[in-house]
Amino acid sequence: MTNDECKKAVLDIIADIAPDEDLTNVKPDVRLRDQLQLDSMDFLDIVMELRKRHGVEVPEADYGQLASLDSCAAYLTPKFNAVAAKG
Amino acid sequence: MNSAAQYDVAIIGAGLSGLAAGIRLAHFGRKVCIFERHNAVGGLNGFYSHGGRKFDVGLHAVTNFVPPGTKGTPLGKILRQLRIEREEFALCPQNGSRVAFGPAGAAQLRFTNDFAVLEGEVVRQFPGEIDGFRRIARHVRESPLGGGPAGSARTFLRGHLRDPLLEDMLLCPLMFYGSAREDDMDLGQFAIMFRALYLEGFARPLGGVRVMMRVLLEKYREAGGERRMKCGVRRIIAHDGRAEALVLDSGEEVRATQVLSSAGAAETAALMGEPAAPARTLGYVETIAVLDRQPAALGWGQDTIVFFNDSERFTYRNPDNQVDLRSGIICFPNNFQYGPGRELGEGFFRVTCLADYGSWAGLPPARYQADKRDWFPRIQASAERFLPPLPEPGALERATIATDMFTPTTVERYTGHYRGAIYGAPAKHPDGRTALANLFLCGTDQGMLGIVGAMLSGISIANQHLLQPAGAAA
Repeated sequence: MTNDECKKAVLDIIADIAPDEDLTNVKPDVRLRDQLQLDSMDFLDIVMELRKRHGVEVPEADYGQLASLDSCAAYLTPKFNAVAAKG
Repeated sequence: MNSAAQYDVAIIGAGLSGLAAGIRLAHFGRKVCIFERHNAVGGLNGFYSHGGRKFDVGLHAVTNFVPPGTKGTPLGKILRQLRIEREEFALCPQNGSRVAFGPAGAAQLRFTNDFAVLEGEVVRQFPGEIDGFRRIARHVRESPLGGGPAGSARTFLRGHLRDPLLEDMLLCPLMFYGSAREDDMDLGQFAIMFRALYLEGFARPLGGVRVMMRVLLEKYREAGGERRMKCGVRRIIAHDGRAEALVLDSGEEVRATQVLSSAGAAETAALMGEPAAPARTLGYVETIAVLDRQPAALGWGQDTIVFFNDSERFTYRNPDNQVDLRSGIICFPNNFQYGPGRELGEGFFRVTCLADYGSWAGLPPARYQADKRDWFPRIQASAERFLPPLPEPGALERATIATDMFTPTTVERYTGHYRGAIYGAPAKHPDGRTALANLFLCGTDQGMLGIVGAMLSGISIANQHLLQPAGAAA
């Protein structure tokens, strides 16, 4: 998985948990919280969906890594690839 | 090991808060089961069948209605967290409501889902108060959705308003729709309710509260949640400061890692074998008349809800008498904007007044029925003072094809809430904690009230205590 695919996977999840948000112009380098109405519970949902859909676990200590799309990609892409490698 | 059923979370009560919590937990993969003593879901916001018709118990109107696309509101939060599409609740906005005070309702404040209407009413009728009113609205807008600081709403209002009539008129709907406290409101709860009724507004699905219930049940089922009806919890067995098992009415024992109770704080304590004297709570009676025509056809206009009070001051207290006729709520479920060609097939005229549980409870059945028959026309007549006059005497009786009435004892019987307390006890438990480390409260005694509040209560307690990573071992 590439960084861009990873960002798309995250955006797909956000689109499902926050269907009322317009995601067409989300800036990858800006905190998601600063451009979308997402609270800490919404991030809990994102973490849950990552686990359910992709088998990717995000420990609580790492929640901060999900701040922006760029940081999501940097943190999650290796995890996606590790899951894929395990098959 | 015995063969007791084992769940991650057991939820007591299939009302709105229990169902909302259940959906959250099931989404997160928890093995969850809701135990409900009654044969129907809904609790304080349920519905029932009587004479072949379905009646809503609590629902007059869903508060917190905002148009699609409005950001950062309680309704949006619920839809998001429960993965409900807005359209599924099929909410239709109200026509408009009013507060009518004085012996014949001479003082009036109209309000709709457009806050500017209420502002305009204040400008016209309380011109000296508009600056204070706007400061109050600003305070509410700046308060967190959860309500903000505690304190007295009356003290706060007196800091901004000079006319006690306006203070009472603003408080009346907010208290009737969401205060467990007599005479005053908690300031945080005031902010929640001011937002819910005035800044946001009223709506209703054409099919009533059961439309929303069906959506919740469907989401819960799809997410894998279990539900056991006519299956009350009789006892919570505690050991070492933890709820270890639940004993059901059948005697069956069920185990759960965590327990969430919407039964009420004192009611839950009683399940743990610690009965306490029930708190002083507020009860209501409601009369329901089914009409052979729309209420407008009786000359009653298009009002959705009318909050009335005939006395100089508005008294929000447990009455000394069976019913307090001085004030109340008129609800016309017909008067929402259901869209062209869509209306309720029959008319409904509902009137709600404060009632004293103590003087209804324990009456011999014949006396109880006689008292209901006695109060029914008096409650309606009290409300009619605040409606346009009927075309001719007896028109209401002639248009009435069925009636029903509930009292605080009816509510107690079907919901198990002591004294039929619609809004729970005055002392709230905002963090949902109890004496047991793995037992939490949601619902009226947690503190969020009304239909939207109940769902938020279940969601927030589930999020806060049952879904945080520390508790996510499952």
